[in-house]
Amino acid sequence: MSQVDTLDSHSSADLMASVKSYLVGFIMSVVLTAIPFWAVITHHFDTPITLALVLVTAIVQIVVHLKYFLHLDFSEEGKLNTFSFLFTALIIVMVVGLSVWIIYAANDLMM
Amino acid sequence: MSIAIRADLDLAHTGEPLANRDEHHDTSDNTLLGFWLYLMTDCILFASVFATYAVLYMNTDGGVSGKDIFELNFVLIETAALLVSSITFGFALICAKHQKRAATLIWLLITFALGCAFIGMEIYEFHHLIEQGNGPQRSAFLSSFFALVGMHGLHVTAGLIWMAIMMLEVVKTGLNKRSITRLSCLSLFWHFLDIVWICVFTVVYLLGAM
Amino acid sequence: MSFLGKLTLESIPYHEPIIMVTLAVVAVIGVIIAALITKYKKWGVLWNDWFTSVDHKRLGIMYIVLALVMLIRGFSDAIMMRTQQALAINGAAGYLPPEHYDQIFTAHGVIMIIFMAMPFMIGLMNLVVPLQIGARDVAFPFLNNLSFWLTASGAVLINISLGLGEFAKTGWVAYPPLSELSFSPGVGVDYYIWALQISGIGTTLTGVNFIATVLKMRAPGMKLMQMPIFTWTCTWANILIVASFPILTAVLAMLTLDRYLGFHFFTNAGGGNAMMYINLFWAWGHPEVYILILPAFGIFSEVISTFTSKRLFGYKSMVWASGAISILGFIVWLHHFFTMGSSANVNAFFGVMTMVIAVPTGVKLFNWLFTIYRGRLRLTVPVLWTLGFMTTFTIGGMTGVLLAVPGADYVLHNSLFLIAHFHNTIIGGAVFGYLAGFAYWFPKAMGFKLNERLGKAAFWCWQVGFYVAFMPLYVLGFLGMTRRISHTDNPDWNFWIYFAAVGAFIIFAGIILQFVQLYVSFRDREQNLDTTGDPWNGHTLEWSTSSPPQFYNFAKDPHVSDIDCFTDMKEKGEAYQRHDNYEPIHMPKNTASGILMAIGITAAGFAAIWHILWLAIVGMLGAFVVFLFRAYSNDHDYYVQPDEVAKIENTHLDKVARGLI
Repeated sequence: MSQVDTLDSHSSADLMASVKSYLVGFIMSVVLTAIPFWAVITHHFDTPITLALVLVTAIVQIVVHLKYFLHLDFSEEGKLNTFSFLFTALIIVMVVGLSVWIIYAANDLMM
Repeated sequence: MSIAIRADLDLAHTGEPLANRDEHHDTSDNTLLGFWLYLMTDCILFASVFATYAVLYMNTDGGVSGKDIFELNFVLIETAALLVSSITFGFALICAKHQKRAATLIWLLITFALGCAFIGMEIYEFHHLIEQGNGPQRSAFLSSFFALVGMHGLHVTAGLIWMAIMMLEVVKTGLNKRSITRLSCLSLFWHFLDIVWICVFTVVYLLGAM
Repeated sequence: MSFLGKLTLESIPYHEPIIMVTLAVVAVIGVIIAALITKYKKWGVLWNDWFTSVDHKRLGIMYIVLALVMLIRGFSDAIMMRTQQALAINGAAGYLPPEHYDQIFTAHGVIMIIFMAMPFMIGLMNLVVPLQIGARDVAFPFLNNLSFWLTASGAVLINISLGLGEFAKTGWVAYPPLSELSFSPGVGVDYYIWALQISGIGTTLTGVNFIATVLKMRAPGMKLMQMPIFTWTCTWANILIVASFPILTAVLAMLTLDRYLGFHFFTNAGGGNAMMYINLFWAWGHPEVYILILPAFGIFSEVISTFTSKRLFGYKSMVWASGAISILGFIVWLHHFFTMGSSANVNAFFGVMTMVIAVPTGVKLFNWLFTIYRGRLRLTVPVLWTLGFMTTFTIGGMTGVLLAVPGADYVLHNSLFLIAHFHNTIIGGAVFGYLAGFAYWFPKAMGFKLNERLGKAAFWCWQVGFYVAFMPLYVLGFLGMTRRISHTDNPDWNFWIYFAAVGAFIIFAGIILQFVQLYVSFRDREQNLDTTGDPWNGHTLEWSTSSPPQFYNFAKDPHVSDIDCFTDMKEKGEAYQRHDNYEPIHMPKNTASGILMAIGITAAGFAAIWHILWLAIVGMLGAFVVFLFRAYSNDHDYYVQPDEVAKIENTHLDKVARGLI
């Protein structure tokens, strides 16, 4: 966790670097939010393409937030957090994915 | 490196020499890891409700579906409020770490106002839906919609209460090690809620309105 | 709504003589205990040294006491069910009316899993894990105290249900739509919801706490792959807790919304889907059984390697097998409801995954066998439990693989075959493990050993009683008897029902012997003192401390360079060293915040059950205010000075020197 360790870094260069990192993340987030909203509101593309676009921008935006706002990385201090997040993501994919599969498959048989 | 820094801090903080490694262990590093692990449990809590929404969203029981009730322009403004609040909180934390107390408080106040705006909009949306007879008791779809979006809203509200307490703490005791650790935890919480919101607007609003 | 919500004087079941007698007995015992505490002036000790303690060892002991108390409660339910079934054959009514019988089997399941097995496991983990990794305490000592009191809070609520209102009549899984308001309008399901919800949050916090502890608090030099095996299996269990308990929290919250605010998650009306409850419940429920069993596997590994005086065979494969079980444990949950009728592909996937999980479990069994091979196994009480486990659990595992075949499951689902199977794994696996751990670490916790003769007698009663009680259930399952029946009318079943009842009484004898063992061992404690702190010639760090360990655990940080760290130290002659330059030890102070918060939350839970809005608000606000006070007080810790440490350590080392001669 690099966040708490910067108490000593009073230099303004450091401050600018932190601000810049947040700004980069923010601008990317704005773009990644605008694209899917624009696509859905204007119906510019066919439904499958819109769907893919919405999902891809969402996933990319999550990664951007993790990197620039939550500061996940693979450094010595940060890797515990990163690995615990990756493990959680695996569990979520399994639990949500299999749940949806189970219930939808059951629904199909009841139609 | 980081341990050495904290050792200095401990000296400054307690005025006593470092006794042993427990000293380092019992500090912000542990707290931040523990808080992060708690956030992971929160992730799974949200995932369970997302899964429920995913299997119930078509069960409208003859009532409205997502397409009928979602106002994307409205959601876009909510999203903007939350997104801007993310970077303002980021600035607050940077200022806090550089011991700029006044700036920290101003950025926290802006973040707080943006969070309140988000919650206000959400309450307006819920109130509007319930008034039209589309409350959570109407159908399984609306139950899961209210629960999912409402749970995020409750988290944001908790974050706001926490933020208010932190502003008082910063005013009263200044930016010491404890308050910075707590602000760092709140920062994790606030940014984490942003990620949940990305999932909410994608899965609920955008896919629902398609 | 009146001032007390739904609560009236009629909520007390006066008309049920069995319950009133039970309450009277409990009241008398309570008064006697309170009188004894008053007579010996122990209230202060109880409050200052135990209830408010943040010491992981004391919390561990309190967890185990809670587990033993709830074992008595849960086992009383079991005996009542067995005797009811034995009496209510050939169409007789028996002595328990159906609505009471239904509450008993529900309470039995909930209590045994959530309030007996979980506290027992978490108690042993609290007691041992920080010692095994050479830490002075857990990462968040106050949180640890709060977790305990939240668990206790759930236990209190479930016990209140005995004398005020009713408990759920739904079975321990509380499936909707039966558990919805339209079919269960009473407070029973609400007791169930809030008892589980509050204790579940406590358990989640424990999981977070112990993961942070093993990641951040290990002794210098100890790599992750050098942690003792019990610590490793507990770590996997904690990872499972953190990953699965939030699912329970979510699903209970949704059921709460259905019952309290008229939502339609799982109702018949409004497009709700009851199967989603069942799905999410087991997405928690299946990992939960691995949460129970993995630490037991760790205990068996410690016991086997200690009492053969050998290094554990295949340490690495043991760690990774536990990991594989943990991950696979998350993708098998549908086997609890094959018969819901999802597609053949779904059933096949989950069936195959369930069978696959038997592979890492098999790896573990072979590791234990290879550890015993060519060792000199000392047949102590913990070893007996371990050997009993190895045979019993294998049978349970094999019947489990049988049930994993969806086709076979359609025949056996909800029959007594299933009941026999999961008691076979949970008693023969988890409970035997905890009892092995209990006997193994008892001297560490209390400073004296348990009586071996009575321990062995208790083991044999459990072991024989288990087979007599549960093997007939396999037969009854094949004969078509389903679970949760309060009376029967099938002459073919009678013999086996009697048979099983006899078994329950043999287990009863085992439990009584265990309490006698505790009493006798306490009475004769002077003869069985553990002066060295290492009564079994142990391998791991907990045995390097005194028994019971000093409140600061380790006067100096141990330096670790081997898995069997204490054996390594003893071989190098580094054990029991005297030092002349101790440093001040930083320790957390005891705090009443945990128990005070839990009291507020218990009140709020009780208020929610009975719809007393004002009390719910007061309880939650009270807990929040206590929390804020705690967060803003600066009086959390203190230092133990070197001369005090030196005094304590020298006294202990003198004793060791006398003990070793």
